Amino acid sequence: MKIDRRSFLSFLLGGAAGTALSPLPWKLTDDSSIWTQMWPWTPVPEDGEASYVNSSCTLCPGGCGITVRKIDDRAVKIEGMKRHPVNNGGLCSLGLSGLQLLYGPTRVKTPLKRVGKRGRGRWEKISWKDAVSEVAKTLGDLREKGQSHTVGFISGSDRGTVPRLFERFLTVYGSPNLIRTPSIIDSYELALHLMQGAQALPGFDFENANFILSFGSGIVDGWGSPVRMFRANSAWRDTGGKVIQIEPRLSNTAAKSDKWIPINPGTEAALALGIAHIIIKESLYDAEFINNYSEGFEDWKAFVLGEYGPDSVATITGIDSTTIIALARSFARASKPLAICGRGQGTTPGSLNECTAVHALNALVGNINKKGGVFAVAEPDYINWPEVEMDATAAAGMQKNRLDGAGSKKYPFSRYLLNRLPQAINSGKKYPLKALFVAGANPLYTMSDSKAVKKAFDKVPFIVSFSSYMDETAQNADLILPNHNYLERYEDIPTPAGMPQPVIGLSRPVVEPQFNTKHVGDVIILLAKAMGGTLSDAFAWDSYDACLKETMGYKWQVIIEKGFWSYPDFVAGPREESFDTVSGKFEFAPKETGSLKPFKPVKIEGDKTNYPLLLMPYDSIRLANGAMGDPPFVMKSVDDTVLKGTDVFIEINPKTAGEHGLREGQLAMLSTPVGQAKVKVHLFDGIMPGLVALPRGLGHTAYDEYLAGKGINVNELIGPVEDPVSGLDAAWGVRAKLAKA
Amino acid sequence: MSALDNNAKEIAGDAGSDGGATSSPEINTKEQDKGPAGPVILFFIVGLFASLILGWIIFPKLLYSKKKQPIDFNHVMHMAEVEDGCESCHFFREDGTYSGVPKLDQCIDCHEEIQGDSPDEIKFVEEYVSKGREVPWLVYSRQPDCVFFSHVAHVKVAGMDCVTCHGHIGESESLKIYEENRITGYSRDIWGKSIGGFKKNTWDRMKMDDCAECHRKMTANIERTGVKTPTKRLIDHLVDVVSPGTSMSEKGSSVQTERGACFVCHK
Ligand code: SF4
Repeated sequence: MKIDRRSFLSFLLGGAAGTALSPLPWKLTDDSSIWTQMWPWTPVPEDGEASYVNSSCTLCPGGCGITVRKIDDRAVKIEGMKRHPVNNGGLCSLGLSGLQLLYGPTRVKTPLKRVGKRGRGRWEKISWKDAVSEVAKTLGDLREKGQSHTVGFISGSDRGTVPRLFERFLTVYGSPNLIRTPSIIDSYELALHLMQGAQALPGFDFENANFILSFGSGIVDGWGSPVRMFRANSAWRDTGGKVIQIEPRLSNTAAKSDKWIPINPGTEAALALGIAHIIIKESLYDAEFINNYSEGFEDWKAFVLGEYGPDSVATITGIDSTTIIALARSFARASKPLAICGRGQGTTPGSLNECTAVHALNALVGNINKKGGVFAVAEPDYINWPEVEMDATAAAGMQKNRLDGAGSKKYPFSRYLLNRLPQAINSGKKYPLKALFVAGANPLYTMSDSKAVKKAFDKVPFIVSFSSYMDETAQNADLILPNHNYLERYEDIPTPAGMPQPVIGLSRPVVEPQFNTKHVGDVIILLAKAMGGTLSDAFAWDSYDACLKETMGYKWQVIIEKGFWSYPDFVAGPREESFDTVSGKFEFAPKETGSLKPFKPVKIEGDKTNYPLLLMPYDSIRLANGAMGDPPFVMKSVDDTVLKGTDVFIEINPKTAGEHGLREGQLAMLSTPVGQAKVKVHLFDGIMPGLVALPRGLGHTAYDEYLAGKGINVNELIGPVEDPVSGLDAAWGVRAKLAKA
Repeated sequence: MSALDNNAKEIAGDAGSDGGATSSPEINTKEQDKGPAGPVILFFIVGLFASLILGWIIFPKLLYSKKKQPIDFNHVMHMAEVEDGCESCHFFREDGTYSGVPKLDQCIDCHEEIQGDSPDEIKFVEEYVSKGREVPWLVYSRQPDCVFFSHVAHVKVAGMDCVTCHGHIGESESLKIYEENRITGYSRDIWGKSIGGFKKNTWDRMKMDDCAECHRKMTANIERTGVKTPTKRLIDHLVDVVSPGTSMSEKGSSVQTERGACFVCHK
């Protein structure tokens, strides 16, 4: 039979009709639509049994209680723990995103040893046994040579069993060089020590205060325990509490406050004293407190009255005198006033003068250890380990001066001065640092003057990082002994920043360790055992978990069940017993602080002719700037007036921008005496003319692709400035210049 | 080509009588000057039937692959041992979520040791129980990931029977072959055994149309009788809690949105 064109077309036609009458096209359409929803990379929620585990978040010093929802063995959601004394169900965006850190790509999955040059990112896997014995050998050699004091340890905290294990280890080993990372807590501790004779943390009873005088503290920008602060701030809205925000830039806190008072940067101490001047002059202070419980008031009064009249303060601060007077009156007349300091998140300690001046304001209104006021909160004393026995080497090592100069003749009251460490290493005047351990901290990112820090680290021949993540410090270490992630380990979290009563939170394993990691506490115990002698005697525990359980004693059962241990009946002792100074009273002008000397602004780096502008870093709750970097979810929340692509925006007043001939979105070169960087211009009416601001928390070189390489690390542009009394970093900014790029 | 041709011819011969009788005179007149119409019609019919065979018979054979369950399971025997019927093993958790296919945890009480001597039992205990490995069951009724379905709403609140959707699987003595759709990866039981989508029983298919069919019927019942189903009552209640005093008539059927929205069932 002849098959012509018509037959063929007819065949096709028949085929088409038949196909349409068969299920084939319809079924294929249906299947392919399902197929398109089933890409293998589409995340699919786990199905299984739901359960909840109570734990604590340790991503910042906030110490929030968390409840983690699990489906079978996988953690799927972090929620705030209800009825937790810190956050009562609330959570911040970083805490919410913690699972991205647990399951994300930045985890260090096994102990790693550097091969090739430091910082090149070439590693080989080693076993825990080899890793521990390598560290033990290095430490053993140093000790044998009588150089135990050349070992340093940088820790994110000095409270709780884990940091106390570090401290114990260093003591028995023979090094005084345990260094805690700095924050406003350092200044407050010092102020409490000098003015009240207390070895304690500052606690603020925000829940019962109703007039907050904030000297730049980012109440909703992550200051103190961030979630607690959000909650307190919302409560003030409902109860009529007032927030007065004093800072040169319209931060989120300033925008949400009842009154924003822009101030010349770095002159907060003068303003505090100016307010004190009015309160004293108009006799608005709490005479009962001053007369019965304070010392040195007369001297201080004379000094304040003599030097800090509203007019001279107005000149220093740029705030007009009527505002200062009104501010002083409303502060003193409020029923529950409270003054706080610590710029932004309290990332830097700031000048001691400023802290004592602000604290004195609280004392003036009798607000010490009183409802709605400031408390000196002693660390809960649950860690009672047997005394250590030190051999001769250890004793000799502990006799050596600290490398950072804390506790030295120059800075006798300071406990830790990490900001001075790079200089001490680089100058080589004292002694070299031969080994450095880093836990719960990321100094290569968080310390200012990054170049000097890097140089100092390069001089340390042996660096061990305990980081769970490949952060900047881990990248530059010789050995990484990865700790379990915070959702995989036990740890006690004593009294979060700013809590007015002691609380012990418990971090506990929500999931099994996902990788070949080890609890840093266990590593220290193993290390001590490997070194033998007095070291292994001092660490008789079988494991960290056993140590923690034993330490908590009868509290263990409660803390396991409730997720935290609180002291509900805690009351600050009677005023008579509150002050442990020589006089037994509150010291208005402790001699040591030189607080009767007229205010001298912190001398920030740079000269005015070459660097006409002032650069200030600012903190945002959307940018984690401590040891942790932003996980992807939080990174998503960063505004595109802060970061666009990989460019960071610098905030500048339109007037100043005009003078420099800069337009919105334009690229500019920012230089400071410390470094320079390319930035984009963002015109912002909420910043004082002459001032420019950059966010902290960007410019990482480590972590994942969502964070690394975006923006610049402002620490590369700022150097530390030593406070003359405390030695702490008092820098609030640096001089800068901005030019079209 | 030739085999198919022959096939088609045969069928064409069969069907020719009724198809050809009505249409051929007309076509014949039209096509007269252009040549014989016979072959043209024949080709049409060949094409038609070839594609019908392809669509109805060959396609389903190609679409599904046949898989055996990792081990066999006897529902009848287990039903005799348990007290609570299906829910003894396919239970609801305290929070109302549905456990689905049992995990080892539920089997282990009885199957710590080998029970009897069936090879599947031996394999179960040796390969799975003693090694602590979950059995990778192939689930006949597993819906695509985008489907949100709540067992508790249907079984506990609306009081439906397992059989309505799952059929008489509880009365089976062994597990049937699992036919996996090569494109989607899901079981053939979702679309149903019949490639044409026809069904006799409620449990023959589990596509959206089948959900809708039942839901439509139930809604019609309510409207007729004014009686509220438990679901309807629950929705009313929730709406009342969320915004008291609002009229129900404007609310849709979704608990979450109070509207009849797609994402009640589609994630
Ligand atoms: S505030 Fe700090 S502790 Fe609380 S959830 Fe956020 S990161 Fe965690």
